[in-house]
Amino acid sequence: MGIRLPNPGEAHINGVIESEEKAYEEAARQFLMAKVPTIFPGPLVLWAWNEKAAKKATAIRHLFNTLKECVQPGQKPMLIPMPDYRPKYPKINPEVEINPNHPNLTIWHNKIDCCMFVGVHCHQANLSLKIIRGGTSCYTIAMCAQAGHEDAMLSFRDASVEKIMKLADTVKRLKGTVQPRLNSKSGASN
Amino acid sequence: MADIKSVIGTQNKKGQTFTDPWKLLHEAPRTPSFFTGSEVIKEAIRRASCDVMIAYPITPQSEAAALIGELFAEGYVGDYFRGESEFAVMSQCAGAAFGGARVFTTTAGPGTMRAMENFPMWAGARLPIQMIVTCRGINSPLSIQPDTLEIAYLLNTGMLVWHAETAQDFFDWILKGYMVSEEPDVHLPLALCCDGFFVTHTKDVVNLTPADMCLPPYDPYRSPVPCMDMECPPVRMMRDPFVMKSNYISYATHASWQQEIWAAIERSRKHSIHWLNGLIDTENVDADIMIVTSGTAVSQGREAIRMLEDEGVRCGLVKVKTLRPWPEEEIREATKNAKHIFVPEFNVTGWLAKEIRATIPNPHRVHAGPHVCGGMTMPPEIIVSEIKTALGMKTFSLAGRGS
Repeated sequence: MGIRLPNPGEAHINGVIESEEKAYEEAARQFLMAKVPTIFPGPLVLWAWNEKAAKKATAIRHLFNTLKECVQPGQKPMLIPMPDYRPKYPKINPEVEINPNHPNLTIWHNKIDCCMFVGVHCHQANLSLKIIRGGTSCYTIAMCAQAGHEDAMLSFRDASVEKIMKLADTVKRLKGTVQPRLNSKSGASN
Repeated sequence: MADIKSVIGTQNKKGQTFTDPWKLLHEAPRTPSFFTGSEVIKEAIRRASCDVMIAYPITPQSEAAALIGELFAEGYVGDYFRGESEFAVMSQCAGAAFGGARVFTTTAGPGTMRAMENFPMWAGARLPIQMIVTCRGINSPLSIQPDTLEIAYLLNTGMLVWHAETAQDFFDWILKGYMVSEEPDVHLPLALCCDGFFVTHTKDVVNLTPADMCLPPYDPYRSPVPCMDMECPPVRMMRDPFVMKSNYISYATHASWQQEIWAAIERSRKHSIHWLNGLIDTENVDADIMIVTSGTAVSQGREAIRMLEDEGVRCGLVKVKTLRPWPEEEIREATKNAKHIFVPEFNVTGWLAKEIRATIPNPHRVHAGPHVCGGMTMPPEIIVSEIKTALGMKTFSLAGRGS
């Protein structure tokens, strides 16, 4: 709470306004370093409610496939959807979904140490990101279609198909140049 | 799905051209017009591309509410009706906003208090409703006269709260208010306050933008929450376990939700500075004596400064434009040289002085006054007298007015 969000053409990394170029590099590096790099697509890209959403979904699938191709043995990329925002009781099944009201359960269960939100409404994304930040050590990235998220450790704004594809290209370009944290105890810790 | 940029330059059903908001407010020609504050509200709404206005009569906003009814009859407002009470009006505003409409309403005094339960609900639901508050007395015995006590109750609702000094502020800020509160990283309701009667019922020269130009329509697809999702909070409230349970997850969700509302107020700072040209206006900030205030007390303070200048006393001024977001850093910077800070207010409790005391170092510098309340006017002479008394200068008797 309290940092200034980036202007168009910018991103932020740990609250500092940076160029988008630098953010692509850092996001790709974080993905390639993580034991369990994970993409959390939300309702705005899970359902083909317009042509743009369908294209974004295809780009996100491409990013996930790129991650799988680029990680080393021992790393486990995941794609876990946030299909809706309904609070569920007694709790969600963390094997198959993440929910903004208790996102930490999915992070802990799957030992996720780096995640990216995409296609989640801003309010619910911030709700989730606050709880993740408060209760886990997971590195958070927001690929936000609006103004960005100060509660993520790295945030893009005005997300588009092109930006998602560019992130995938950056992951591919940095393949083999980043040492994964396979021996560390980070990940799902709280 | 409407793309706002794509409608710029096209016309609405009344023949008004949807205009880039920055150009409308900063570059379009202005025509000086002699209007009451209530008439100015009407003229701003004529240009605001409002979908829904819901009204309920209470002095001193009744005239503005009725004038917007005329706009509806002329076809400038999408829908318009009278609620059963202020509580009903604010609930109906929520319904319209949940459905994706640009919503406007007006209220005052006891109406604000009666509807109070709705305001944190609006903020929690991220509804960018704009509400004009034409402040008046709220206490018993009944008073319809100007008094700003009700603003104190709005400060912790999670709404944006701005305090207009003049009818010109009103005209510009109604339009600018939508631009700030509809930003997706803000998306909060705005209480745009003024001092009833002093602004609403007096005529002033106001520079109006052309009537054939208007704001682009609200785009609900930029909302940070789904539009009218009946299965999810905040619309669905009572059946959900996390709302009703006493457990850590429930508390963590609620705490994060509340923090997010207040973070959205913080994020509005950037946009408010952009549109209002800063959260405060200042004059003579190098002076030893500063007047810091909001609303029409700013005008009285300005006159007091002129009178003091005639007596060789130099005095500065801070006009506080936004109360939420609170211009903490700006006030601290503007008052850093001041030895005495006077806060004239139109209410009995001095809520603005308390906010300022909580903001600046060495708060003993703050003189909470003069106060007038219950509808009394604030002649600049009582501000002059307060300042001269504090400075140990000889002053005249004011026949018991003020504190």
